[in-house]
Amino acid sequence: MTSQDYEGAATGASADVAHFEDEQKGLLGHFQHALHVTPALVPLIVLLVGISIFGLILGERFFSPGTLTLILQQVQIVGILAAAQTLIILTAGIDLSVGAIAVFCTVIMGQVTFRYFIPGAEGMFDCLIGASERDLARAIEAGTASGHCNPTLGSILSSVAIVIGLAVGTIIGAISGWLVARVKLPPFIVTLGMWQIVLAANYLYSRNETIRGRDIAEAAPPLQFLGTTFSIGGANFTLGVILMLVLVVVLAYCLRSTAWGRHVYAVGDDPEAAELAGVNVRRTLISVYMIAGFICALAAWAMIGRFSSVSPSASTGVVGNIQAITAVVIGGISLFGGRGSIVGAFFGALIVGTFELGLRMAGADPQWTFMLIGALIIGAVAVDQWIRKVAA
Amino acid sequence: MEPIIRATNLVKRYGKVTALDHCDFELMPGEILAVIGDNGAGKSTLIKAISGAVTPDEGEVQLEGQTVHFRSPIDAREAGIETVYQTLAMSPALSIADNMFMGRELRKPGWRGKVLKQLDRRRMEEFARQKLNDLGLMTIQNINQAVETLSGGQRQGVAVARAAAFGSKVIILDEPTAALGVKESRRVLELILDVKSRGIPIILISHNMPHVFEVADRIHVHRLGKRLCVIDPKQHSMSDAVAFMTGAKEPPVAA
Repeated sequence: MTSQDYEGAATGASADVAHFEDEQKGLLGHFQHALHVTPALVPLIVLLVGISIFGLILGERFFSPGTLTLILQQVQIVGILAAAQTLIILTAGIDLSVGAIAVFCTVIMGQVTFRYFIPGAEGMFDCLIGASERDLARAIEAGTASGHCNPTLGSILSSVAIVIGLAVGTIIGAISGWLVARVKLPPFIVTLGMWQIVLAANYLYSRNETIRGRDIAEAAPPLQFLGTTFSIGGANFTLGVILMLVLVVVLAYCLRSTAWGRHVYAVGDDPEAAELAGVNVRRTLISVYMIAGFICALAAWAMIGRFSSVSPSASTGVVGNIQAITAVVIGGISLFGGRGSIVGAFFGALIVGTFELGLRMAGADPQWTFMLIGALIIGAVAVDQWIRKVAA
Repeated sequence: MEPIIRATNLVKRYGKVTALDHCDFELMPGEILAVIGDNGAGKSTLIKAISGAVTPDEGEVQLEGQTVHFRSPIDAREAGIETVYQTLAMSPALSIADNMFMGRELRKPGWRGKVLKQLDRRRMEEFARQKLNDLGLMTIQNINQAVETLSGGQRQGVAVARAAAFGSKVIILDEPTAALGVKESRRVLELILDVKSRGIPIILISHNMPHVFEVADRIHVHRLGKRLCVIDPKQHSMSDAVAFMTGAKEPPVAA
């Protein structure tokens, strides 16, 4: 066999590996590389620029701890929903049902508490099924004049209702996840259907009744727990805001530093490659949808805290999904999956909140906000495409 | 000598198409077995049946004399069979280290690994760098750079390094040199011989006859969904092999 001799001609060749002058990359190239490595940088820059501009225009009125933390309070629901949306979009899916799940879970938490657990005078016995007669008598005695159970019992029972609400959110997520991962339906279709189903279930189950904030505060304070406010030097926080921040940190850790997180990225990047490389794609997908459902239910709890009442017709049910997707896209997470960070989505939510509040304080027509957000969405996707072209 | 892998009577149908038609296959310990065949002959399906990516309709696969039923590539991997797919099965946006350890990540020792499930990045990076260096395959400066920033040959190198690092019993290489230049191909061939010298048998699927004839100990000629014959590259020429696999020439009676 002399057929391999042709390769001998290559022996005299230079052994250098192709390498390129760094200078050729230039400043723009380095910037592009930095963005490639840290995708959350773009929304952070936009956010800081936005805050600086409004700070310059509006001065102290905007650039104060009170106003800046007001932004956090205003974006907490969207921020939490965006965290759920981020997980789904990282797997190259999309979740149109996040807002609907959140509203449905507020209704579950509220109605379970007030319909089954502490239903008022005429439903008194329902709430104490299985209790002995003496216990019943004592409970009625302890109840308030209006027939409500006593506040301690109400607190315990409404905490149970919260757990039920969280479970319902997780189960809805599990159903979507099963349909996507097992039945192999497109996430867009599954969650489009789930959005309608959950929203309809929400109206049917709640009988379109609103539960008043005062009733909740009296009988079931744990429902409003995340609305608890505290201030540090002029900066106002609610526990819902803290929940959002903790959620972002925990998810950022999970996505970066655990095998599960790496699998989420791999599944979004190329599911077939991930499968062949040894990732259990189905289990990863189902877990992502379940966690997203659970996070939506957390958003529900935060919603009761923020609005204090429970309303099945809360606007989140209809626009929550689009708001969350907007935050995620502005946050630099690729809709094609596998790229971006949850911190980016958080910045995305803050950007929307900053522009909304800033433009309102500046007295601009709210339509300018939408116009600006629209431009930001297109800009963010354009930047994403540009970053993808990078060769480090 | 007992074959390390023996497949008998494998059948796989896709609708009306029969990809494997009562196919037999044997891999001996320590050898490099090349699998050649025309396009559509069923090579890929055969390899997938062995690597767990496809479950055959009939027939059985034995690994070291034990019958195995792989339902996924993960099963095969756990049994010690590593495959480098033609598509390489890598996530472009993730780093080299992430890709090498995909599906078998190392966790930190102690509570950070157990409770927080924290990955031991340093250990994974060191291991990945070590493996790439062992194979002397390439000059990758940064083990944390995304796979999509590597050249085709470098990607192939990482995929082969991954298989060589973890494959304990068998390594399957599907067209490892198809996308490579002359020098890169040479390195991969050296790497294949290097892996063989460590006693791990290799199944090499390739269309490149000079490469096949250079490294293979035996050549399995696949035609029309089954094994046509097994030939010794020292006793047959490349044109013989091509003639067998295209049906231009009758195969030798006993292989």
